[in-house]
Amino acid sequence: MQTATPTQRRSTGARRKFLLATAGLTAAGTALVVGWSLLPVRQRLQRSQPLPAVPGRPALNGWVAIGSDDLVTVLVPKSEMGQGVLTALAMVLADELDADWSQVRTAHPPPDAIYNNIATVVDGLPFHPDDHGIIRRLADHLTAKTMREIGLQATGGSSSIKDLWLPMRQAGASARAMLVAAAAQDWGVPAGECSVSEGRVLHNRSRRSARFGELATRAAAQPLPDNPPLKTAAQFTLIGKPTPRHEAAAKHDGSARFGIDTVRPGLHHASLLMCPTLGGRVASFDGRAAQAMPGVAQVLAVPPLHGGTGGVAVIAATPWQAMAAVKAVAVQWDHGPAAGLNSSGIQQQLATALAADDGFTYLSRGDAPAALQQAATTLKADYSAPLLAHATLEPQNATVLFEPDAPGGARASVWAPTQVPGLARWAAAHVLDLPTDRVDIEVTLLGGGFGRRLEVDTVAQAAHIARALPGKPVQTFLTREQDSTHDFYRPPCLARYAAGLDVQGKLVAWQAASAGPSIVHQYLQRQFGLPGAGPDKTTVEGAFDQPYEWPNARVRHSIVPLPVPVGFWRSVGHSHQAFFKESFLDECAHAARQDPVDFRLALLKQHPRHAAVLRRAAQAADWGQPLAPAADGAPRARGVALHHSFGSIVAQVAEVSLDPQDARRIRVHRIVAAIDCGTVVNPAGVRQQMESAIVFGLSAALGGEVTLDNGQVQQTNVHQLGLLRGADCPLIQTEIIPSTAPPEGVGEPGTPPVAPAVANALFALNGQRLRSLPLRLA
Amino acid sequence: MTTPLRVNGKTTAVNATPETPLLWVLRGELQLTGTKFGCGMALCGACTVQIDGQPTRSCMTPLSAVGERGVETIEGLQGPQITALRRAWTELDVVQCGYCQSGQLVAAAALLKATPRPTEADIDAAMNGHLCRCGTYPRIRAGILKAAGMLNNPGVAS
Repeated sequence: MQTATPTQRRSTGARRKFLLATAGLTAAGTALVVGWSLLPVRQRLQRSQPLPAVPGRPALNGWVAIGSDDLVTVLVPKSEMGQGVLTALAMVLADELDADWSQVRTAHPPPDAIYNNIATVVDGLPFHPDDHGIIRRLADHLTAKTMREIGLQATGGSSSIKDLWLPMRQAGASARAMLVAAAAQDWGVPAGECSVSEGRVLHNRSRRSARFGELATRAAAQPLPDNPPLKTAAQFTLIGKPTPRHEAAAKHDGSARFGIDTVRPGLHHASLLMCPTLGGRVASFDGRAAQAMPGVAQVLAVPPLHGGTGGVAVIAATPWQAMAAVKAVAVQWDHGPAAGLNSSGIQQQLATALAADDGFTYLSRGDAPAALQQAATTLKADYSAPLLAHATLEPQNATVLFEPDAPGGARASVWAPTQVPGLARWAAAHVLDLPTDRVDIEVTLLGGGFGRRLEVDTVAQAAHIARALPGKPVQTFLTREQDSTHDFYRPPCLARYAAGLDVQGKLVAWQAASAGPSIVHQYLQRQFGLPGAGPDKTTVEGAFDQPYEWPNARVRHSIVPLPVPVGFWRSVGHSHQAFFKESFLDECAHAARQDPVDFRLALLKQHPRHAAVLRRAAQAADWGQPLAPAADGAPRARGVALHHSFGSIVAQVAEVSLDPQDARRIRVHRIVAAIDCGTVVNPAGVRQQMESAIVFGLSAALGGEVTLDNGQVQQTNVHQLGLLRGADCPLIQTEIIPSTAPPEGVGEPGTPPVAPAVANALFALNGQRLRSLPLRLA
Repeated sequence: MTTPLRVNGKTTAVNATPETPLLWVLRGELQLTGTKFGCGMALCGACTVQIDGQPTRSCMTPLSAVGERGVETIEGLQGPQITALRRAWTELDVVQCGYCQSGQLVAAAALLKATPRPTEADIDAAMNGHLCRCGTYPRIRAGILKAAGMLNNPGVAS
């Protein structure tokens, strides 16, 4: 099968330039890059700076420390935002270490290059998953090397397990070998005669054993072993076992600390009122009335930072005083370039770009236009998806202590619920004119992330505000209204699909074009000041990178710059492209008078894993069998969707009905999902993430929409964001396909298929084809 | 001027003005951060506490409205209901990010105290005001039913 990497028709050199720009290497000489590229990706075991020494708790490498009390501290550089990453990554390391799971704890390490996320950036390269060619392999390798050196410590892109699967297993195996070496030395026996089980090193012949805690200090002094052997899948004792999350108890009794729960001596609170127009700023303000209110310490203007909007802030002794006083600030706004921008205008711009059809081509297979012309039947349809808010339940916040007169020079401390601690630290340092190493950052628990906390606008604002009250920790937090109206929204997208069927109903031509703004272009600009250019995989992922064996296919996307901040929203481009692609494929199946499952299977002959996932979901949902009406007698129908994202394959069958009391109200009774995510580390976590991703996608499918009027977001609080509530939540059944393939993403792949599965079920129910999100019946 | 406020069985003189929402007194002055700020408009349930056993949105309850009644937060809530709920929550892996769970548990404990054998409709009525962006709704429902089972059949191991 032929696949193509993206090309820009206007410039043949664009792709290479993009790769280099992605790698941040535009200034590097080609010869240097070539020479350096031949070296392997550097080790991720030992930090460049040792971990801060904790007496009685030596570190054996950059990932694990063992105390004389036998407690094993696994250092997890990923943020916990509900996805269970503390537990899953601790399991990965502890399994290779043969630790006693009851003695395993987790902590976040201070930043170091070994924690930089490689997987998610490699994933961001615009290649088809079936492309294993030399250019793709070279690009993957170069990007991996580069990200190891200059990349970001980031939690996102469903990449945590994939990124750290090998490094953390190697760290566990390495630490285990050092413990064994220390014991063998003590006992004067060959290391090869020792074994390890549940936190003890054993020498069976002499019946000796030692606890990890007894060996840790001497183990830490052992040389690093060369390539300690890793377990085979059959030897895993923790990996693959359903394991409750580590931090659950603290989330049951209120002791879990999220960013907004940061309590420090002398803590002050800042409330921020931003320009209602996205990207606007303060022209002038009068803070005298606010300054006179109880508890108020400072009133100040905050410029737009890292893509955020400018505003005024009040620092006060208590949060309520700050919230009350900021309302008393009189502000004249400079509304900026988004003033006058409306949702209808955005739609018009996207339609114009779509009509011009001159975007980047991401997939070109066969001759789609010719095949379309020769087809016996052709179908055409337009689809659209709106802006969406993240609506993390914990509003955006960060706490910053700026100490200009600290011993040794000015310094700062940051406490933040962030997905990007390295970038957050750098942003705070930049705002405070400090070297990065004069800023400490502590990552708290995150009350939801979903991509919103890949942005550092709030940290930068909090740093700017804390500078006005030196020596005191200041927590800046957004009210829900400020959070909802100053998000980095899921980009809007408009798509035009065309397909051709032959006389037998076989799909012979597939054309997809879409238009929308680029997240990556905006992100490079707002974080690094780099001009965004070239293709952006996130605009079109889910459309071009799918397994279907379309004989003739063309997938394009036109980037439409908009003065609206757009960001990474759980499953990113897949969140809307899956809806377009799987809905239109369903249209094709019905036009061909074929069963939607069979129609898809016919396009997956060379993709047995995808076919197996689809069959499993269909079987578990009794696809093809009669479906009983709902309890109130309303007829129900099923719809199906299959999607590949973040390395994992998910199929879902939705069962829907309409409310007999209100025929426009869509009810989703059950979602049956099947997933192949390769090796499963924690099946309990996979099930939770599938449920979470499905509910997240269902909120967007049934009610999610953000609209703009004069550059101002119209949805100000959670009741206007269409968020699903418990009474409307379907039953969710998850089938996990066993696999020993390398682990793939889990946090996001459940989101994309749910909207098309529901839309396809609605079509099966009443013949209405809904092509816009959210789904609204006529 | 201070106001006496009884929280988790202990009375403290708080400095906040009478119109200050209870939420901010708890989180700020008393540093009881288990009660969460979500929406500020009683739309999400994250700030739920019990006042004399009634589930109450603390973000819209001025300090002056509490009076002499006792406030129970997630940190102080005791009794068989919350104990059973925590056990059920553990067994069913309910929490994800956990931000909404203080409010969910405080409300569920009040529900089970008032209605030891809740129906699905009872659960909907008591819990539908509680948003969860992680989508733990099916497990919350199952957790409440499981906790009710534990309380109604204390001899039966779950």
